[in-house]
Parts: sequence; structure tokens; C-alpha cells
Amino acid sequence: MQRIELRKVIDPLPIYTMWLREMKRFSRVKARIIGSLAMPFLILVFLGLPMRSVLIEDIGFLNFLAPGIVGMTLLFSATMTGASILWDKEFGFLKEVLVAPVNRFSIILGRSLGGITITTIQAMIILGAAVAMGVRITSVSGFFLSIVVMLLTCATFTGFGLILGTRLAQSEGLMAMMPLITLPIMFLSGAFFPMSAMPSWVRYIMYINPLTYGVDGLRGTLIGSEAAVFPLWLNFVVLVALSLTLATLGAYFFSRMEAD
Amino acid sequence: MNNVIEIEALTKAFNGLVAVDHISLNIEEGEIFGFLGPNGAGKTTAIKMLCTILNPTSGSARVCGYDIVQQRDEVRECIGIVFQDPTSDTFLTGKENLDFHARMYHMDKRTREQRIAEVLGLLELQGKEKTQIQHCSGGIQRRFEVARGFLNHPKVLFLDEPTLGLDVQTRRSLWDYIKMLNEKEGTTMILTTHYIEEADYLCHRAAIIDMGKIAALDTPEKLKQAVGLNLISLQVAYDDDSLVNLLKQIAWIKKIEARDSSLELSIDGGEEKIPELIDFTDNHNFVISSIELHKPSLEDAFLHYTGKAIREEEGNLMELWKAMMTRSRGRK
Repeated sequence: MQRIELRKVIDPLPIYTMWLREMKRFSRVKARIIGSLAMPFLILVFLGLPMRSVLIEDIGFLNFLAPGIVGMTLLFSATMTGASILWDKEFGFLKEVLVAPVNRFSIILGRSLGGITITTIQAMIILGAAVAMGVRITSVSGFFLSIVVMLLTCATFTGFGLILGTRLAQSEGLMAMMPLITLPIMFLSGAFFPMSAMPSWVRYIMYINPLTYGVDGLRGTLIGSEAAVFPLWLNFVVLVALSLTLATLGAYFFSRMEAD
Repeated sequence: MNNVIEIEALTKAFNGLVAVDHISLNIEEGEIFGFLGPNGAGKTTAIKMLCTILNPTSGSARVCGYDIVQQRDEVRECIGIVFQDPTSDTFLTGKENLDFHARMYHMDKRTREQRIAEVLGLLELQGKEKTQIQHCSGGIQRRFEVARGFLNHPKVLFLDEPTLGLDVQTRRSLWDYIKMLNEKEGTTMILTTHYIEEADYLCHRAAIIDMGKIAALDTPEKLKQAVGLNLISLQVAYDDDSLVNLLKQIAWIKKIEARDSSLELSIDGGEEKIPELIDFTDNHNFVISSIELHKPSLEDAFLHYTGKAIREEEGNLMELWKAMMTRSRGRK
């Protein structure tokens, strides 16, 4: 009885199945892998490398930029995996999933975990490329902490993408709006330039941007605390709170989503 | 007889527009039951409610003894659905799609593999299971969807316009699969269709549904018989009701329907009535340009009950187009 009750919230096999599907889909679409990695890679090569000797707040620009680009990768990829629920709906796949005897929380949990895994792998590849270009990671513990920051950032934007995907009716509209939504988030996160370089009113916008804390957290863990604006604990607290809120909200909207 | 489905005054309204209007019926175990009607008659809406993806506005229904609103999960465990639009993941192979489905229904590895091999065999899909769905032809895609519907040993399988947009040969073979699966697995099948031949060929019983209401419910044979034993189409020039009134006096003419320039007579009798009819009209100075006797088809029955033909109307084309669009888009 207890087990059956539990299965109504967390259903391991379907969660794993949804996760597996995301992984298989991702590995099938080679263009998606290359496409999602090309831009961050090119930015590192054509912006980070030539300007690597420029100092920003006493850090080399490449070292400053690399965590920002990892954050950007997380933003784009996670928002996309969340929002692509709309594709599942348009191609009918969602219907097949929603009539299965599985609670919706498990469905969306498995799907999101798949997206988070893929996104984190992409971020790691970009980080690897950055290291190959000469970015120095301070410590092993910092590296592992940065993975936690990545996962939290991922969860935040997957939830954010889910909210977009479940609220909008058409994928055409979403495709058109996507850059309009993600680019401001990217530029106002301090991924490309230090916060202190901005006028104060812009800084206030940056304070409410979740990615600001993701990027700052990555800088703090990967490059060193002197590169970060906020203390690490603050970044963690904000990211945990945001990821929980947005992911829950996304899951809630999904649970109310109609198959048609 | 065991009723697998009991429907009680099931109703669904969308913003005041009543799509399904107080439908009540029972469906027996092992039956192939058809909802026959034009597009927009409420067939799909009815099926969606029975599949628990749409909540009824009022009324109730039980599938396999479970209430479709209160006991959704139990209902979902015992049904299979083949949707009108394709729902496979086109980037996965046929087998992966089946495997995905089996896991979602909590099948363990052994049952899964055994069952997938079984349905692949039943629908003759061996050799195709390792191809990504997007590279399969429409017919194969459809067969995979039917195979998936069968995978969890459903007591009841819903087929929503199973052959929409398929070519004639594929449609034929899919019909035979459906028949065979019904016989081999004893699955109760509920299908919606606007193809008269489909309902005629497959269904043990069919409900003619129009404007959200059941116009008639019986075996295809009886539905046809209700029209009359035989039908005579009479092409004749007439200006007023005088001919119709004259014909009404003949005892073996059960029903007269005027259609454009022809008269449709339901008669009690066979070919021997044709000369009689010709003599009769001759005597009254009407000129017959053509006369034809035919057995009533389900189409005639449909006309009889709803007063209109299931035509390939505009809406129908739109739907077909939509289905083809989704299919081709899914293939990208």
C-alpha cells in the first residue's frame, strides 16, 4: 500500500524511461549537439583568446569570460529543453505520455533530469575547451562545487523553459521569442563584462537575473573567490531558492497542461 | 454478456457548444464497436473522454468497471489507444518507441521483450523495428502505433480514425490486422471512423453519431435492413408531388425519398418489382430515364438516420490535410 502511494508521486521506471528518451533523442540529432556547442566555442576562440591578456578586475579576460560562456551554454540549452515540451505536444508525443498510467510529476521529473544531464554535459565540454585554451581552474574542490552550480542553474532555467513551453500555444511563436527572452538574460548576467562596469540602474536588473548568480557562482568556484562579486554561499542560496521555485512552477503548469 | 464499457448520459460542451450530447450505451467484451459519423460529430471527443484525457461536462462512464473521472489510473492501466494523429517519437526507432511505451506501463524487462516480439510479429513489423520512425513510410508508422496500442495487453483498444490518410492497400491490410488482433487477443475494440466501408467491414456493432447524438445503434446488417430490403433508384421527370403521392399508394413501397432528380424507394421485394414499377409509371404518363435496384449500403443507412450523406466535405479535407501536415512535419 505504502509503495503504491509512493508510486503516485515518484515512479522510478517511467522517470528513468523519460530520462533515457531525452538522452537517445539528443544523441540522434547530431546537428543539435554541434549547434549548441558552436556558439560558445566560437565566442571563446574569437573573443576570449585574442583578448586573453586584457585584465578585467585583475583577472585575464579569458579567465573572466570562460565561466560566463559556460553559464550562457547552460542558459540556452536548459531553457530549450524545458520549452521543447511544446514540440512534444505538437508532434503528439505528449498525448501518448499523458494517457500512460504514470503521474505527471514523474513524467516531468524524468524529462527534466534528462535535459539537465544533457545541458551539464554540454557545459562540461565547453569548460574542457576553455581549459584547453589556457583557463586555469583553481582547485579540484572548486571544480566539483562548480558542477553543483551548473546543476542548480540548469534546474532553474529548465523550469523557466517549462513555464514558457506550457504557457505558449505555438512553437512558431516560441521560436521567435526565444532570442528575445534569452539574449537579455545573457547580457544582463555579467557573463561578458563585470557588473561594476554598468550604471547602477542596470545593476538592479542584474540583481534579479538568476543567471547573474549562476555565472558569479561559476567564477567563484572555478577561477577563485576574488573573481566573484557575491560570496559563494549567497549564490548557492539564491540558486537553490530559484531552482526550487521555477522547477515547481514549471511542473505545476505541466500538470495542468492539456494534451490537446 | 459482460459490458466492458458502460456510458451514461455522457456529455461534453466546449464554451456552450455541445460536442457530445447525453450519449448512453454499453459495449460488450470482445466486440468491435464503431462510432460512425461525419467530422465534427463528436466521435473523437467521446473517445477522448473514455480515454481519460478529457473530462466530461456531465454524465459518467465506466471502462473495465472503473470510473473515467474518479479512477483514471485504473482505466489507463487497462486501455490502449491509437490516436488519430501520429504520436510516436520520430527520432526513436520503432522498437525504442515500443520499449518506451512498455516501460511507461511498468512492464519488467522479460515481459517487455517477449511482448514487443509478439506485437512485432502480429503486425509483421520484423525487420523494420530498428529504423527511426521518421524514416518509415506512413503505413509502417501507423502499424507501429497500432502495435504500441496492443503492447500492454489492453482489455479495450481505442482506435481513433485508424486509417485516416492511408492509401487503399494499407487501409485494407490494417483492417485485417485489426480483425485478426480482435480474434487472437480477444481485445475489445472501439473505433471511430467516417469511412462507411470501414465500419461495415470491421464492426460487430456500430453507432451512427451525428451532432453529438446517437442516431442509431445496431449491427451493420440491421442498420442496413432498417432502410428496407432493397432500394430502387428511379430517375424520372416529375414536377410536383403527384408521382410521389401515387407511389405512396403502392403497398410494397415502404419509404420514398426525393433526391434532386431521382427518387429513392425502399421496397419490400426484389427485381420482380421493377417491371411493375415501370408499368405503373407508364400508366400515369411519367417517363423513367433510368432505374436501378441495389442492396442498401451503410451509406444508405446513414442517410436514412441522419438525413444527410457522409460526404468528403470541406471540413473533412481540412482534417486530412492537417493529419498529413503533422505526419510530414513529424518526419523532419
